[in-house]
Amino acid sequence: MGANPRRTIWARLWVALVHCILMAGALLMVLPMLWMLATSFKPAVEIAVWPPQWLPQAPTWDNYVGIFKTAPFGRFFLNSVGTSVVATIAVALTSLVAGAVFAKYSFPGRRLLFQLIIATAIVPFESYLIPLYLQLNSIGWINTYQGLVLPYLFMAFGIFLMRQHVQSAIPTEYLEAARVDGASEWWILRRVIAPLSGNAMAAVGIFAFIQAWGAFIWPLLVANDQKLFNMELGLTAFQFRFSSDYGKLMAGSVVSVLPMLIIFLLLRRRIIENMALTGLKG
Amino acid sequence: MLAQDISAKEGRPSLLTAWARSRQWDWRITLFCYAALAPVLALFLYVRIVPIAWSVVLSFYKWNLIAPLKPFIGFTNYELLLSDENFLIAMKNTLVYSFATVGFSTVLALPLAIFLARKGRLSVVYQTIYFLPVITPMVPMAIAWKWIYDYNYGILNFGLSLVGIAPVPWLTDPEIALWALVIMGVWKVIGYNLILFLVGIRNIPASYLEAASLDGATAWQRFRHVTLPMLKPILLYVLVTSTINAYNVFTQVYVMTLGSQAAPGQAVRMLVFDIYQNGFQYFRMGYASAEAVALTLIVIGFTLIQFRLVRNAPAQEA
Repeated sequence: MGANPRRTIWARLWVALVHCILMAGALLMVLPMLWMLATSFKPAVEIAVWPPQWLPQAPTWDNYVGIFKTAPFGRFFLNSVGTSVVATIAVALTSLVAGAVFAKYSFPGRRLLFQLIIATAIVPFESYLIPLYLQLNSIGWINTYQGLVLPYLFMAFGIFLMRQHVQSAIPTEYLEAARVDGASEWWILRRVIAPLSGNAMAAVGIFAFIQAWGAFIWPLLVANDQKLFNMELGLTAFQFRFSSDYGKLMAGSVVSVLPMLIIFLLLRRRIIENMALTGLKG
Repeated sequence: MLAQDISAKEGRPSLLTAWARSRQWDWRITLFCYAALAPVLALFLYVRIVPIAWSVVLSFYKWNLIAPLKPFIGFTNYELLLSDENFLIAMKNTLVYSFATVGFSTVLALPLAIFLARKGRLSVVYQTIYFLPVITPMVPMAIAWKWIYDYNYGILNFGLSLVGIAPVPWLTDPEIALWALVIMGVWKVIGYNLILFLVGIRNIPASYLEAASLDGATAWQRFRHVTLPMLKPILLYVLVTSTINAYNVFTQVYVMTLGSQAAPGQAVRMLVFDIYQNGFQYFRMGYASAEAVALTLIVIGFTLIQFRLVRNAPAQEA
């Protein structure tokens, strides 16, 4: 009110500038994805052209049809779905049980175990690939589905997140009331804690899914047989074979990115909140 | 006197039972806890503890996967590392990559977070868009970036040609390829830093900034003397976690610089790639384990620095 007009002009210019910056940044963020999408619909003759065309002149599904014909991308896709779903369920369940036990029970070794789980989460997965590979090799799990999925069944941050949830959202009185009524601890876990943890389990599960879907270095080591390839590995192999066929490569990439985008847009708020909470990355 | 007598009489046993009682270690509960945790702990042991411990042990052996003899050689692997040119190049590249990626993404994300701090529908839309690269899987995006960086038909060289810059061999020249990886790394991680900063900024009590305004502080002064100090713990957290994550860079290096035409892996040698190559292409698993231990030590070092700095950060208790 009654502020001097010069200042409001500057303020407005500033706001406009901020919007320009934000918009330019947002454009840069989506540009690689849009370019990928546009390329995937271009016929071969439109890809290696100078100057590049933004939009396909004669849009075609050929690239999408092509990847499923020239390489078993259907299989790769199902492998990705399968391993990710298994990882999701396993992580949600193990995190629920461990999180609840660490949150609500007192037993010898509790502090030590929990701290050990959190501390080892810092150690990068890449640094113990070799022994893990040797371990699975010795039990004959290399080049098998169970070997592919095993390291993704456990997630320290899932346990951490679930413990936080049980501690803050489930009053101990609920457990005690059930105990007074003669409920066993297993019953309490299944009938009191689990039903009140749906949201948190979903959050943990989403992370497990994202992590397993993007898995690359482990499948690269373990899956020797093309039948076991996930999307990521399939795309890489495909890249070596058809190094310049960017139409097909981009179509395959779109197929790999799309499920993640859909999940993200549906569950955006929860994913962002939990990532901010745990500092966990997909 | 009386109190002393009592404690002298039943001090020890009652202390022990009191301790046990205060911990409430009921054997039935303990049994339940370990039974419930058994599968999780077994998994934890097998896929985390054993391999982590074993990687340290392996690093002291000359362990070739296909050689019959696997002798203990003490610190020899570590000594060899110090004169291994590939390893030293990898260390240098990884260091430059991490610091550059983290530095640029932080400097860019911080102002964006301040712009988006005010709640509103538009802010949510922007957050969503900036977060998209974080959520997308690495392999397809690395292939997309490879196509963007393409020397002959890439959209980036096309953009540069519009302003009169000659085409840049983004991925084939090792010096430039490192920066091509940095650009993609910044693109991928900026939204993540942005969100964490946003949380931190929104947690700053509005009264602090209002008080500064009433005292006549300019926007820059408010940022410099209120926002930034209050943000210090989260800033440190982001810097350290991003650096650790950047240190594990592998997938995009594998996809973008291992093209059929480029010299495999030599273009931009990174630490994890060197581990991968020594361990799984040359089968020198003891040697690669020594590299892996070095990686772990670096990561632990960064984490300790973070703990120290955050503990000393005065803004934390405010």
